[in-house]
Amino acid sequence: MERLVIATALTDLWYGFGVAVQPHNIMWCFIGVLVGNMVGVLPGMGPLATISILLPLTFGIKPVGAILMLAGVMYGAQYGGAICSILLNLPCHPPHAVTCLDGYPMTKQGRGGVALGLTVMASFVGASWGITEMIFLSPILVRVALEFGPAEICSLMLLGLLAGSTLARGSPLKGVAMTVLGLMLGIVGTDLETGAERFTFGMTHLDDGIELVALALGLFGIAEFMNSINQVTSVNTKYANVRLRDMRPTKDDVKQAIAPMFRGTLVGSLCALIPGTGPTIASFVAYATEKKISRHPEKFGTGLIEGVIAPEASTHSSVQGDFIPTMSLGIPGDAVMALLLGALMIQGIVPGPQLIKEHPDIFWGLVASFWIGNIMLVLLNVPLIGIWVKLLTISYKYLYPSALFFVSIGVYAANNDMFQVGETVVIGILGYVLLRLGFHPAPILLGFVLGPRFEENFRRAMLISRGDIGVFVERPISAVFIGLCVLLIALQIYVRLRGPKNAIVTPPALESAE
Amino acid sequence: MRPARSFTAELVRNLLRKRDFYAGGLIILLGLVMALKGPTYRLGTLMHMGPGFLPTALGVILIFLGILIAGAAFGVPPGEDEDILPAHPEWLGWACILAGPLCFILFGSYFGLIPATFTCVFVSALGDRNATLRAAATLAAVVTVFGVGLFSYLLQVPMPLLTWRGL
Repeated sequence: MERLVIATALTDLWYGFGVAVQPHNIMWCFIGVLVGNMVGVLPGMGPLATISILLPLTFGIKPVGAILMLAGVMYGAQYGGAICSILLNLPCHPPHAVTCLDGYPMTKQGRGGVALGLTVMASFVGASWGITEMIFLSPILVRVALEFGPAEICSLMLLGLLAGSTLARGSPLKGVAMTVLGLMLGIVGTDLETGAERFTFGMTHLDDGIELVALALGLFGIAEFMNSINQVTSVNTKYANVRLRDMRPTKDDVKQAIAPMFRGTLVGSLCALIPGTGPTIASFVAYATEKKISRHPEKFGTGLIEGVIAPEASTHSSVQGDFIPTMSLGIPGDAVMALLLGALMIQGIVPGPQLIKEHPDIFWGLVASFWIGNIMLVLLNVPLIGIWVKLLTISYKYLYPSALFFVSIGVYAANNDMFQVGETVVIGILGYVLLRLGFHPAPILLGFVLGPRFEENFRRAMLISRGDIGVFVERPISAVFIGLCVLLIALQIYVRLRGPKNAIVTPPALESAE
Repeated sequence: MRPARSFTAELVRNLLRKRDFYAGGLIILLGLVMALKGPTYRLGTLMHMGPGFLPTALGVILIFLGILIAGAAFGVPPGEDEDILPAHPEWLGWACILAGPLCFILFGSYFGLIPATFTCVFVSALGDRNATLRAAATLAAVVTVFGVGLFSYLLQVPMPLLTWRGL
């Protein structure tokens, strides 16, 4: 039985490589990782904004190429983010914030090149493990999920949404509010079942609903630019001169890095399995673990190689692992995954457990392209690091006006409709207001993408159960999901009630209390 | 020292300065819109849900969440979490960022891609604190050349380069 599973997986993977090495697919993958790597380095431009800008441009190409490219941006940016953190002490992207702690001291000691070289190695190992996980776990998950009825799908979505909104940054209450708002925005437009027009306020342009690209670019483009205009400080590239030969680690370095690399990978892959805990949490957990088991925890923060390798390996393993629920269940773990799912849906592909069977070229092509893309990234990063460092010095004052043009034309090109550019501006204002009020807009996208499917399945579940809401706890699998939801909420309340007790211990809270 | 005000007045005064009070208020407002507008789309029964069912339910949930968020602001001591506007508000910068895409809409609808691109980049570039007219114009010109090449020739976005649709 087990041998059969491995054999099937390998055959499928082989098929996937067949898809991924087709010249045009290789090209899209290359463009994706290159652009991703670049924006990963650029301060003030995240993978979310980039994928949203590229999204309308992918409408013209085949679904496989489109998803390979957009996914490439996503994991390519992870490689770039590490450069930012290690060489410049800039946490450009949240998952790499923790890498600054030991990465930048290493750079100051002149070992930045070594840190980068080992990071590339650890990233590749972490990513490879994540991909392997995807190959073997996804078919199993799919086999289970294919048995799901509407009630189970609903509960699973509920769990995914709840985890995605409460485990991310900031107040869990606000996160849930954003998810509900996202569900709501997903409902705008013509109701597929009854034809009723909802929340269009008489605007015919809104009949087809709010455009995903407009929503994403409003929230992660315009709102982000408003947040960071005249805020981005100039970067100090004093230590950032890294040459190719500096990157080669010594034998001792490698020996020191191997154990943390595998521990980080393990942490990352475990985090990927828990919905809602993305790469950011994975990297923090990996760093904390290293510090805890280390024989000299007091040295962390002074430039220890373990403090760089473990979180980076963990991030990459978790990034690849995040694709598992997204591709096999159709439940995205974070905003980037929601956007990728949205891209598939625009191409007319229904996400869910049937995706692997109905579109094996997309699934296995994607898996194979992960490896090809990661190898490309390793090869790209070594010689191009000098160029990336130069990119870092591009001033924000050149970056954001150009990006605004890309936002405008990108939204316009999605449907050749100027109305949607205006829609983006309005969503941008709303997004900025929400940011200022302490909301994180990422869960909006999660709710938005899942909204219509949630409503459809909820309706169906209610129809089948003849209006009995108890069906969600009567069916065993659904009951497990609901139980996990309750557990999650209880845990949050517990943490909240215990929170003040911990806060008193910290000096700043004491001062303000007096 | 002014005379001590009543306890409730102090509490309300404190609350009105809190960021979370307005955050909760906004959520309640959004929830109210949904909960009041939802039933006009026909609620239906639980078995045969109408198009208004989920929006109404979500609206009610939002109102609850809003109350919880605003209520949490009570527990925050004075002086914390009161920064709704950033320390240095960038009114000009924000206006320029919003004006950029609006220029794109206006000029794109009437005059074509080239003027739309130029004005969009030019206007938004003026939002930077150290911006000069010349630097903004140079950047706009560079992006226009590059953008037209990429979007019009390579990606074939169907938008005329230059046109005149009158005013």
